[in-house]
Amino acid sequence: MIHKHDLIIVGAGLAGLRAAVETSQYADVGVISKLFPTRSHSGAAQGGIAAALGNEEHDKVEWHVFDSVKGSDYLGDQDAIEMMCGEAPNAIYELEHLGVPFSRTKEGKIAQRQFGGHTKEVIDENGNSKRIPVLRACYSADRTGHVILHTLYEQCVKRNVRFYAEYFILSLIIDDGVCKGLTAFNLRDGEIHTFHAKAVMFGTGGYGRAYRVTSNAYANSGDGVAIAFRAGIPLEDMEFVQFHPTGLYPLGILVTEGARGEGGYLVNNDGDRFMKNYAPTVMELAPRDMVTRSIQTEINEGRGINGGDFVNLDLTHLGAAKLKERLPEITGFAKTYAGIDPVKQPIPILPTAHYSMGGIPTDLYGHVLADEKGTIVKGFYAAGECACVSVHGANRLGTNSLLDAVVHGRRTGKTLVKYLREAEFSPLPDDAEKKDREMFANLYGTSSGENADKIRLRLKEEMTNKCGVFRNEKDLNSMLDTIHELEHKFKNVHLSCKGKVFNTELMEIIELGNLLEFSDAIVTGALARQECRGAHWRTDHPKRDDVNWLKHTIAFKTEKGIELKYKPVVINKYQPQERKY
Amino acid sequence: MKVTLSIKRFDPEKDEKPYRKEYTIDVEPTFRILDCLDKVKWDIDGGLAYRRSCSHGICGSDAMMINGKNMLACQVLVQDFKKKYIKIDPLPSLPIIKDLIVDMDGFFAKYEVVKPYLISKTQPPVKERYQSQEDRALIDEAVNCILCGACSASCPSLWSNDAYLGPAAMLKAYRFVFDSRDDAQAERLDVVDTPDGLWRCHTIFNCVEVCPKEINITWHLSQLKKKCAMREL
Repeated sequence: MIHKHDLIIVGAGLAGLRAAVETSQYADVGVISKLFPTRSHSGAAQGGIAAALGNEEHDKVEWHVFDSVKGSDYLGDQDAIEMMCGEAPNAIYELEHLGVPFSRTKEGKIAQRQFGGHTKEVIDENGNSKRIPVLRACYSADRTGHVILHTLYEQCVKRNVRFYAEYFILSLIIDDGVCKGLTAFNLRDGEIHTFHAKAVMFGTGGYGRAYRVTSNAYANSGDGVAIAFRAGIPLEDMEFVQFHPTGLYPLGILVTEGARGEGGYLVNNDGDRFMKNYAPTVMELAPRDMVTRSIQTEINEGRGINGGDFVNLDLTHLGAAKLKERLPEITGFAKTYAGIDPVKQPIPILPTAHYSMGGIPTDLYGHVLADEKGTIVKGFYAAGECACVSVHGANRLGTNSLLDAVVHGRRTGKTLVKYLREAEFSPLPDDAEKKDREMFANLYGTSSGENADKIRLRLKEEMTNKCGVFRNEKDLNSMLDTIHELEHKFKNVHLSCKGKVFNTELMEIIELGNLLEFSDAIVTGALARQECRGAHWRTDHPKRDDVNWLKHTIAFKTEKGIELKYKPVVINKYQPQERKY
Repeated sequence: MKVTLSIKRFDPEKDEKPYRKEYTIDVEPTFRILDCLDKVKWDIDGGLAYRRSCSHGICGSDAMMINGKNMLACQVLVQDFKKKYIKIDPLPSLPIIKDLIVDMDGFFAKYEVVKPYLISKTQPPVKERYQSQEDRALIDEAVNCILCGACSASCPSLWSNDAYLGPAAMLKAYRFVFDSRDDAQAERLDVVDTPDGLWRCHTIFNCVEVCPKEINITWHLSQLKKKCAMREL
C-alpha cells in the first residue's frame, strides 16, 4: 500500500512532534511512530529544559553558550550552540503558550533549578571571576519531558495531524541522491507500506539500548540512525555515548540530575562526599562525564557501598516536603524498584548509558549532510537525539537535550515549510519494497538458526564492559571482533513466530540488526580516537589531544567496512582551554 | 526462585477464543512482571505479544490485569506478590488484538472528544503567561496522567455502557477546565456535562485504586461535577 504525504516525520518524541506542530498548518503531514506517540521516550526526561530566562536570578545567554561549549569538551560547534542557546528563551515561551504546565515561581513565572555544568560568573572576595551553579533549568517537578511530550501531542490532535502509530520503519528510499520516502510495516497486520513524500524528517531518538545498563526505553534501538547508515548516509561522532551518573541500581533507571540540582550528595562507602576530590568548585554539579568517571573510579577502587558496584545518592537532608514537591517521580521509583524511601535512606546508584551525542549529521537548519564537506541530501531532514548538529560535542549538559529537540524540531519545521512550498513529489523507484519483502520472506522461511536474544544479550553485556565509561585499545579491538562475529550469526537468525499480527519477535529481530549496525560505528570511532574527550575516555591515551583530535568523526558504511573521515569543529568565541570545575 | 505465570493467550490467526497457558520460569525476586514476560518471550515462546517501552512506569504502554487488578507490568515486582502463581490478563473490556495487546482506539477517541488541548482566546504575551503556584497546584495531579488506560478499563460504569467517556478522558477535561490559562471552560463543560459524560461516574473509586500514578481521579471528577452544578444555578 502506498501513502502519499508532503512530509513524513518518523518519531513522535519532542523533535518530531515539535516539527509536526510547526508544519501541519502549511502542509499535509504524516507522523510514523513505532509506539503510540505519548509513549515516546522524551516523556522519561525528568529534570528540566535549559534557557537563560533569568526568572530566579540573573542569567545570560552568553553564559549558557560558554557552559555548553565547555561542557562539550570543545567538540560542540559554536555556531550551532550560539543559535540553540539564543533561541532557547523563545522556544520555552512558545511551549508555555502551547500549554506546558511548568512549575512556577512565587510571582508565577516559569520556575528554574540548578543542573550540572550550568553556571554564572561571579566575582569573589579577592576580585577574581569564578563560575558557580545557576538556576537555569525550567522544570515541571521531575516530569518535564512527560508534560512537554503530552502538550505537543495535544497540539497535534488540535491540528489534526495524521498519525501512523505502531508502524515500524524499515528502509529509506533514497534514489539519485534524493530522499523520496520510506517503507515501514504496520505492526497490527504485518503488512509493508510505502510512504511517498516530498520530504522525510527523522526524529527517531537515541541508541542507548546497545548497552546492558541503560536508562533508555526498549524502543531506543537507534532505528533511524541505523537505517540512514544503511542507506549511505554517514554518521557523526558516534563514539560519544553519555553515561548518566545516577542510574538506579541495578537496572539503571534514570534518577534525575535535578536530585543533585536540588542539593543531593554523592557519598561513597566511607561516607565521603567524594566529588570534592574531582570537582571542588561545583561538586555534585559537575558535568555528567566527570561525575560518571568519579563514581566509576570510586567503585573501581573499592569504595563502592560495601565494596559493591554502586555508590549512594543521599537526599535525606532535603526533607519530605521538598522531595514531594520537586522530586516525586524519582521518590516513587526508589520505593518501587529498590524498596528505598529516599526521605529516610540514600538511593543506590550507578552510571547508566543515557544519551547519544552522535548521530545523523545535519546543518543548523535540519538538512541531513551526505559527507564531511557539507553536501545536503535533498528531501531528508533530522532533529533531536538521532541528529548530530553538533550542539553537544563530546558531552551533553543536562537539560540541553530537551532544548535541542525542541529548538531543532522547530527550526527544521520552519525549513520544511519553505522547502515544501516549492518541492514536488519525485517519482518512486520501481518496487521500493523489494528488499524489505525479501528480508521478511527470509525470516519467515527459517525453521532453525541463531537465537536473537542471545546475540542481543551478548552485544549489550560486552558494549557495557568494553565500550563503556573507560575504554582502551585491547577492549575495543575485542569488541569489534565480537560485533563482527555477532553480525555473522545474525545472518542466520531464526524467527520462531510466523504470525502477522503484532509479531513483536520480528520487530525485535529487526531492532537487533539496527543495534549491530550502529554499534560497529560507535566502536570503530572509539578505537580510532586516541584521546580523552568528554564522554569518550581512553585509559591508554589519558589526555585530550587538541592538535590531532579537535575534529568530528564522520563514519561511512562501505563495502569494505566502516571508513572514517573527519571534519573540523566550528570555533568562534571560545578557544579550547583545560576543562576544570 | 520459581514463579508460575498464567497468561491469557489469543492469536487471532489461530485461535477462536482466548485460553490460559501456564509458564514456570526461574526469576529473581526483584524481577518486574515485565521482566518475567520477557523471559517467557525470549526463552519459551517468541510469539507472546505485549506492549512495552520505558519499563519504569512513565510511558504507559504495559497496562494489563495482574492478579485481577489493572497495573503496569513494569511497576510491580515478583517480590510484591505473596503467592508465586500470578495471573496475567489483557486490560478488561477492551477488544483483544493479540495476547496482552488490546485495541485502544476507542479509548483515544474518547480522549479526543474532550478537546484535550489548551485553548487560549487571547494573544499570548511576549514572555510566559503568569500562573500562580496555587493555580498550578490545581492541575498538579491531573497532568501526571500517562494515558495507560488502567482506570477506564477498571470502571464498571464503562463496562456497562460503552458510550460513557470514562475516567481518563474526564480527567483530561479537568486538566484544562482547571488550568487558569485556558479560555474554553464552557465548551469543555458542555462536552462532559452530559448523561454519557460526568454523570455516569458513580464514584465507585476503581479508577483511583488502579491508577499507577496514584491520581485521585474520582476527586477530580467530583470537582468537575461541582463546576457543572454551579453553572446551572
